[in-house]
Amino acid sequence: MDRYYHPIEIRPELCNGRMKCMRICPTRAIRVKQGKAQIIDELCVDCGACITVCPSGAIVPLTDPFASSLNFKYKVALPSPVLFSQFRPEADPRKVVQGLKKIGFDYVCDVSDACEEVSIAVEEYLSSYRGRLPLISQLCPAVVRLIQVKYPDLTELVAPIEVPREIAARDVKQKLSRELGVGLEDIGVIYITTCASKMVSIKQPAEKESSWIDGAVSIADVFGPLFAAVSDIKDEDVDVDGSEGFRFSAGWSMLGEMTRLVGSEHSISVSGLSDVTQILDDIENSRLRDVEFVEAMSCLGGCIGGALVVENMYVARSSTNSLLRKYGSKFTADRDKVVEKFRKGHYSLERELAPRPLRPLDPDLAKAIEKKKQKDTIYTSLPRIDCGCCGAPTCLAFAEDIVRGTAKLEDCIYREEKQNG
Amino acid sequence: MSDDVLFFKEFSIMGKDFSNAGSVSTEIKSILKEIGFDRLIVRRAAIASYEAEMNVVMYAKRAVARLSATPTSIKIEFQDEGQGIADVDLALEEGYSTATPEMREMGFGAGMGLPNIRHNADEFDISSEVDKGTHLIFTIHADGNNG
Ligand code: SF4
Ligand code: SF4
Repeated sequence: MDRYYHPIEIRPELCNGRMKCMRICPTRAIRVKQGKAQIIDELCVDCGACITVCPSGAIVPLTDPFASSLNFKYKVALPSPVLFSQFRPEADPRKVVQGLKKIGFDYVCDVSDACEEVSIAVEEYLSSYRGRLPLISQLCPAVVRLIQVKYPDLTELVAPIEVPREIAARDVKQKLSRELGVGLEDIGVIYITTCASKMVSIKQPAEKESSWIDGAVSIADVFGPLFAAVSDIKDEDVDVDGSEGFRFSAGWSMLGEMTRLVGSEHSISVSGLSDVTQILDDIENSRLRDVEFVEAMSCLGGCIGGALVVENMYVARSSTNSLLRKYGSKFTADRDKVVEKFRKGHYSLERELAPRPLRPLDPDLAKAIEKKKQKDTIYTSLPRIDCGCCGAPTCLAFAEDIVRGTAKLEDCIYREEKQNG
Repeated sequence: MSDDVLFFKEFSIMGKDFSNAGSVSTEIKSILKEIGFDRLIVRRAAIASYEAEMNVVMYAKRAVARLSATPTSIKIEFQDEGQGIADVDLALEEGYSTATPEMREMGFGAGMGLPNIRHNADEFDISSEVDKGTHLIFTIHADGNNG
């Protein structure tokens, strides 16, 4: 496969070539050519950092527009638990569920149960697992991509357990189809997402044929209409039983929740791509020998810091804490049942996650070594100030582009000066 | 096979510099990945160099590390100035360690060092002189093909 689906797009007509995205991209996937930013397909891990930083709004997430998500006979909203943290802590979360129904959904599905089930499944898996450690959480698609692309040798460490949103979507579809007597194809499950990266796992899942989720709208897009609907609901109109067994245990919206639930003493939680990278390097050097499990999230603070949310992460975290205080975060899952389902493969991935390593400098090792040497020589000859004027984020990336034949030495403005004068 | 193509790079490491500990092996690893060696080979090289680097950080004053990569072999050398190893054979025994309790508490020096390097290498050679230093050379064979 040479084209990868990416859930973001740069609108050239809006791009002013201000290079903010190029500088922030953790995998150095952006180049600015003729004043317009471009993404190198192979390198992008869909972290969404460029979306947040673009001053011109030229980088847009390709989530589904809210209206088109309603094109199913029976419409199910599957909100990321982060959605509930976007409202004032005093706001009754049941109003949010009710609000989703007012704006067009027929059913709202809680992901909390699936989160618990998945943590039990991971724990079960860990308890009988005797392979290489640590295992790495499978939750954040951007981290999974980063591993496939830049740490291919760690791909086998990603916990081979399905993510909660997929399990929740599958279970709710099967349940509703049974209860309502409608076909699975008539039920549309729409994920309300914190990031574009989850779009990838819906449109081009790495570990199965197709996703159980039919579309994703961003929290940012749904927030306007939802906020209006929620504000209209009076306290006395709160539908106490109508929230479909919602527990508001706030699932895994906060970093560390998964490791807490998985309950391994030897686990760590890490967030933000640069810290994640550091941990992955440590794992590669086999430095984290005593760690069993690593929860790694691309956004600082976890999904609560996603690119497509509306509330600032610190406020959202405090609101989540109040929800947890009010509704508790106790386990309600029936452990034995989950374990039994786990043994039957209920939480297993359909297929193994495969590495997706970067194209080497050259397919021939000897030539690759030559190119690596050329690259280093070119790099030493550059000013090494990462000015970005050549259109590459760093002098090192520029040197590599030259060796790969996608840039010319003349593009460096300092070089030219040196030669002319 | 063109074994005359050689990538060579030298690095320096300071003893007791725990804040940069691991950076040389991380760089060695990324060079090998970038060239495109098979990932299992890169894994072995990374683990062995990390161990060697940590030995320097823990026990030596300073060291030079040298990476020489050809399509068929990755040779890595660590030459340090420091206390040296009195009994090399003993140090090569699994579980043997002179790490202080503080070092162990920090997760270092579980006696994995030298045996683990030897375990990950195809060729392994060590010479040491007390109060002078240790010279460690290990090689990992590659099959000349791109991973
Ligand atoms: S989504 Fe992330 S990896 Fe992809 S281009 Fe933007 S900043 Fe880079
Ligand atoms: S941390 Fe969460 S919001 Fe951020 S990219 Fe990963 S899955 Fe998306």
